[in-house]
Amino acid sequence: MENPYLPYPVRIEGIVTETEDGNLKTFKLVFLNPEHEKKFSYIPGQFAELSVAGKGEIPIGIASSPTEKGFLKFTVNRVGLVTKHLHNMKEGDLMGVRGPLGNWYPWEEMEGRNVVIVGGGFAFTTLRSSIIYMLHPENRPKFKDITVVYGARSPEMLLYRDELADWEQRDDIHMHITVDATDDPDWKYNIGFVPAVTEQKLTNADDAIAIVCGPPIMIRFTQPVLEKLGFPSERIILSLEMRMKCGIGICGRCNIGDQYVCKDGPVFSLARLKELPNEY
Amino acid sequence: MVTKIFTKGEWVSALKGARGDYRIFIPVKHKDFHAFELLSDETQPDFEYQNTRLSPKSLIYPQSERMFEYSLDEKDEEAHILKETPKDYTPQAVVGIRPCDAHALQLVNVNFDNPQYRDPLWVKRLESTTLIGLGCNEPCSTCFCTSVGGGPFSEKGLDVLLHDLEDVFLAKPITQKGEAFLEQLGQGKGADDTLLEKAETMARSSLERFTSTVDTGKLKDKEVTELFEAPFWEEVAFACINCGTCTYLCPTCWCFDIQDEVLGKEGDRIRNWDACMFPLFTLHGSGHNPRDEKVQRVRQRFMHKLKYYVDRYNNGVACVGCGRCVQFCPVNIDIRHVCELMNAF
Repeated sequence: MENPYLPYPVRIEGIVTETEDGNLKTFKLVFLNPEHEKKFSYIPGQFAELSVAGKGEIPIGIASSPTEKGFLKFTVNRVGLVTKHLHNMKEGDLMGVRGPLGNWYPWEEMEGRNVVIVGGGFAFTTLRSSIIYMLHPENRPKFKDITVVYGARSPEMLLYRDELADWEQRDDIHMHITVDATDDPDWKYNIGFVPAVTEQKLTNADDAIAIVCGPPIMIRFTQPVLEKLGFPSERIILSLEMRMKCGIGICGRCNIGDQYVCKDGPVFSLARLKELPNEY
Repeated sequence: MVTKIFTKGEWVSALKGARGDYRIFIPVKHKDFHAFELLSDETQPDFEYQNTRLSPKSLIYPQSERMFEYSLDEKDEEAHILKETPKDYTPQAVVGIRPCDAHALQLVNVNFDNPQYRDPLWVKRLESTTLIGLGCNEPCSTCFCTSVGGGPFSEKGLDVLLHDLEDVFLAKPITQKGEAFLEQLGQGKGADDTLLEKAETMARSSLERFTSTVDTGKLKDKEVTELFEAPFWEEVAFACINCGTCTYLCPTCWCFDIQDEVLGKEGDRIRNWDACMFPLFTLHGSGHNPRDEKVQRVRQRFMHKLKYYVDRYNNGVACVGCGRCVQFCPVNIDIRHVCELMNAF
């Protein structure tokens, strides 16, 4: 019997400090056993449990895309016991990955449609996975317009800045990068909160699906903007966070009503969430 | 399958004789309560109890259990790599489990053994366990198993059902596993019609003496968001001190935590029972807590058992009517009352 709690051993191949405050680092992980890499077949939107022997596990969205072979990427915010330890680990260190876990963004429904991505702060991880995935030459023709609104507190707090700059140059993706405030006179993108920029830049919801990922306050204020633009709640897709342990719907803590965020989510449409108790 | 009769002395000596094939757990009296213990030469089993204070769920799902072990010694080639902790899954038998507690294992099984994931610790332990139930001749005032899909002689989840016929035990095999257990005991003789009739009469009489009933029939059709917003939760939770006794005693509470523990350069990943009564259960790393307030946690416990479980598994309520939480709640919160409120809302 497969043990769903057993992590695959991985080696840290690279660590990038993403933000100026040093609280966000991206870890590039390589499987020790190529068989495990094959078994770890994932779809953008899913997450995994990162395991550090002696410290514990943390559920983190997968930031790499399945179109990127040979490694996994996770961007981790330093907040608690495991993440603090992880931030002190070095390239070459051994740890574990358990997954892939949870559901994914509704790719079948997104194909053939316009895709709007709204992200805030460090919740951009599975959105990065999704953008890389959609921009892959094999996948790009499957989607119509791709529009991205991504904001952070300041330019230094944006994740994946090199990639953002590359995407800005492309004509097959509409990027709207924004920061809450900056005193950088050379800042060439937007200034303003994500919901306001979304309202300015998006003109309609025709044949579009919106994926929204960010802090609760951003989600709360983006929701009415999208609804005003004409997005029905079935086409507003959210990815939720919860305290998790098992990651497979068994340990009982991450439920919203009868749904387990780890197994039935983390991706829910707004329509589905409206049918569930408001407890997340 | 043959129903057998054992004198009470014969039953205990037969169990002692079967210890080579099974680890046998049996109720033992401690001052004012009973608890399951491993049967040894010195054990004095006592079958005169309404129920054990704790359900025997820990014999299938230990309160604390090692899942993995690892070395943190950098000189060790396999350092930091988790290995499954070796387990002893030789056969065990729980003798004297009440039908409600066996029913509970059946209800909990859908959580640990589902189409997507099988929890190997639970599945293997349950598979290696034979459940020898003891029917209830005397329901107590807090028993309401008959309202929640069980009964004093319910066979749900059991491998053998025992009837205590005063001088003798009548042992009815229910599954192949149960039949094999009785064969292993070797002793006992076939039950005659008189004793079979006596067993039936006593079972009927027990059923007639149930005084406590609860209506659960309308729970499934309720709108979950409406029940969640119902005005009675504040009142239900008012006296609760979030001690968690109910979850600890409850045979259907299954929530757990996973923790790493390190001693020197050796570590274990361990799972421990956890409970929705505690704020840490749902506290995010960010500090946000979806169930920060007591009323939210109390509501979660009842909604989980009486609505979310009902909706998710279509398998009835996740309560077997054992009455433990009713008896031991220090502030007298009564699940029967809460169930009535929900059902009537």
